[in-house]
Amino acid sequence: MLVENHTEATGQRAAPRRIAPLRITAYTTTTAAGTGKEPLLAALRAGVSALRENDFGAAPLKTWIGRVADVESTALPQSLAGWDCRNNRLAWLGLLADDFIDAVHAARQRHGPARVALVLGTSTSSIGATEDAYRSLDAEGRFPANNRNPLVHTPHSLANFVHAALALEGPCVTVSTACSSSAKVFATAERMLRLGLVDAAIVGGVDTLCGSVLFGFNALQLISPAPCRPFDAERDGISIGEAAGFALLERITDAGEGPVLLGYGESSDAHHMSTPHPLGLGAELALDDALARAALDASEIDHINLHGTASAKNDEVEAALVARRFPARTHASSTKGFTGHTLGAAGIVEAAASLLAIEHGFMPGTVNTRTLDGGCGPQIRITSASAAVRFALSNSFGFGGNNCVLVFGAGAQR
Amino acid sequence: MNPLHFCIDSVAFWAPALPGWQIARAAFRGEGAPVDPPATRPAPAILAPAERRRAPDSVALALEVAAVAVRESGRDAAMLPSIFISAHGDLAVNDYMCTTLADQPALVSPTRFHNSVHNAAAGYWTIATVCRAASTALTAFDTSFAAGLLEAATQCIADQQAVLLVAYDVQAVGALAMVTKSEGLLAAALVLAPASSTGSPGKPCFHASLVAGAIDSPPLRSSAAKALAGNAMADALPFFEALAFATDRPLDLPLTRTLTLRLTP
Repeated sequence: MLVENHTEATGQRAAPRRIAPLRITAYTTTTAAGTGKEPLLAALRAGVSALRENDFGAAPLKTWIGRVADVESTALPQSLAGWDCRNNRLAWLGLLADDFIDAVHAARQRHGPARVALVLGTSTSSIGATEDAYRSLDAEGRFPANNRNPLVHTPHSLANFVHAALALEGPCVTVSTACSSSAKVFATAERMLRLGLVDAAIVGGVDTLCGSVLFGFNALQLISPAPCRPFDAERDGISIGEAAGFALLERITDAGEGPVLLGYGESSDAHHMSTPHPLGLGAELALDDALARAALDASEIDHINLHGTASAKNDEVEAALVARRFPARTHASSTKGFTGHTLGAAGIVEAAASLLAIEHGFMPGTVNTRTLDGGCGPQIRITSASAAVRFALSNSFGFGGNNCVLVFGAGAQR
Repeated sequence: MNPLHFCIDSVAFWAPALPGWQIARAAFRGEGAPVDPPATRPAPAILAPAERRRAPDSVALALEVAAVAVRESGRDAAMLPSIFISAHGDLAVNDYMCTTLADQPALVSPTRFHNSVHNAAAGYWTIATVCRAASTALTAFDTSFAAGLLEAATQCIADQQAVLLVAYDVQAVGALAMVTKSEGLLAAALVLAPASSTGSPGKPCFHASLVAGAIDSPPLRSSAAKALAGNAMADALPFFEALAFATDRPLDLPLTRTLTLRLTP
C-alpha cells in the first residue's frame, strides 16, 4: 500500500521524489527587447536595458516600463478577431515568433490534439480591455458595443484564446498566482505528463501593461521613478514590463539532445499578502523541493536567474537566501533591468533566459545596477560571464506569498 | 492510461440558502428545504474579526468552506497543498479597480489592489493557517470546477498526498455585470486523498479520466441546485448532486469544448 508523501503525525514534510526530466522541444519569448529569443539574447549580451520612460496610457506615471513595441501593429487573424485585446495580441505576436507555432502543429500531429495540454499563467490577463470599457461607458453606464465579448473580460481569456488559436483539444487551464503564475505552469504540466493524461504540454504566460498594475504597484509604493536596479544598494522599486513566452514540453523517449526541465518546487510564505517572508522561509522550501525533484545539490547549480525585482524587500530576502545556500562560483543575476518585471509572464520569460544561458553558455549580468547591496554574496553578479551552464535555476515569487523555483538542465544525461 | 483514483475525505458547501453541506445535501436529495431567510455571507472564524469584516466576499466564502472541509477531514491545514479555483475572481474588487482607474487612478487603494490578484483567497488561507505547502489559483471560465478537480486529483495522485480543493464565485456587480454573468455567492471545498491510503471505508471514491469529445453539462436534478445555476461556479453543481445521491454511475463533466472529465465511482 502506498503511503502519503508526508507524515502528519510529526508535521514534517517529506522531500518530493526525483522526477523524470522533460524535454523542452521548443521555446520562445517576446519582451521589450523585441520579438522572439534573439533580440533578448542580444540585449543580454550587450548589457543594454530595453526599458523606456513610461508612455503608456493617458496620464503616465513617472516611471520606466518594458513595453513591447509591436503590440499595437499586431492584428489577430479574422477568425480570431472576437478575442482582440492588448493581451491576446501580445500572445499572438509571441506565438508567431521563433517558429513556435510550427512546433505546436508538429506536436499536435504527433500526439493528436486531445493529447496536448495547454497551461498558461497570467496575472491580469485582459483586464486592460475591461479598463478600456470602463473609460468609455455609454450614457446608460454600459460597455461600448465593440468591447462586450464575455470571453475577453475574464482571467481565462488568454488560455481560452490560445487554445482556439492553436486548435488544441486537450486540457486547458489558467494559473493565476500573480508573479509566480507562468513558473507554476511547468509544475502543473509535469504532473499531467507524468500521470499520462497527455503526451505534450504547451506552457507559458502573457501579461500586458495596464492601469491596474501600474497604478496598483504605485499605490503600494513599489514603483521606481527610474529604470529598476536589482540588488543595488540604492534600489528604489520595480519597473513594470509586459511579455509573452511559451514552451513545449514532452516526455523523453529517445537519445535526442536539447534542454530539459529537471525539477520544480512550489510553496507558500504564510506571511503577508504583498511582502515576502523576512527570512525567505517559503522561498527556501520551494528551492529545497526543486532541488529534490531534480536530484541535485545547490553546489551543482551553475546559474540562477533571480526573481530580483529591485523592490527593497524582495532583493534583501532573496540575496540572503542565495548567500546562505549557494557556493561562490554560482553566477546569479536578475534580468528585470532588461525586460522590466513582467509579472505573470516573468516565470516564462526567465525560464527562457535560463534556457538561453544553457544553450549559449552565456550568463547575463544585472543591468542598471551600479553598486551591489551589502547583503549580496559573491554569487550575485553585475557583469555577464561566458561559461558552460549545465544546471540553471529560475526563481519566481508572487503576491500572496506564492513561490516557485524551476530547475533546467543542458540535457537528460548526467 | 491509468485513471486517477482518489477519495473524498470531506465536503464543505456554502450558498446563502444552503449554508452547509448537510443542508445542501438534504435539499439536493429533496429531503430538506433551503434556509429562509437566506444567510448574507459567511463569517469564517479563521480570520480575525477586523479581517473578517474587511475581507472581500470571495475571500470570506473561500476561507469558510476551506476551514470546514479541513476540520471535517481531521487533517492539519498547515500540511495540505491547496488548489483554489474561481471563474472570475472577486468581481466587486475588479469593478472597484476599473471604476477607480477610469475616474481617479492615483487613488487606487493598495489593499484592494493586492486583493485583486486571483490568488488572494489562497494567500489569506495560507497566512491564516500558517500553511507553507504549495497553493495555486486557477480558472477555466465556465468549466472551472472540472479543471480544478482535475488539478486537485493530479496533485493528489502524482505526489501521493491529500490536497484541499476550494471553488467559489461571487455576484457580478457594476458595469462589468453587463458582460460577466455570475449571480449570488457559491462556494464548495473538498479534501481529496489518494484511494490507496484513505483511512475510512465508506468514503466516496472516483477514477478520473479524460475522454476526447464534447459533452453538455449534465442536467441538474434538484430545484435547490437549479436555483444556483446562475453562479459562475455552477459547473460544480452536478458533482455535488452526485455526491448527495451517492450515485454509482459515471459522471461526465465538460473540461473544455472538446474534452470530457469522466468520474467513475
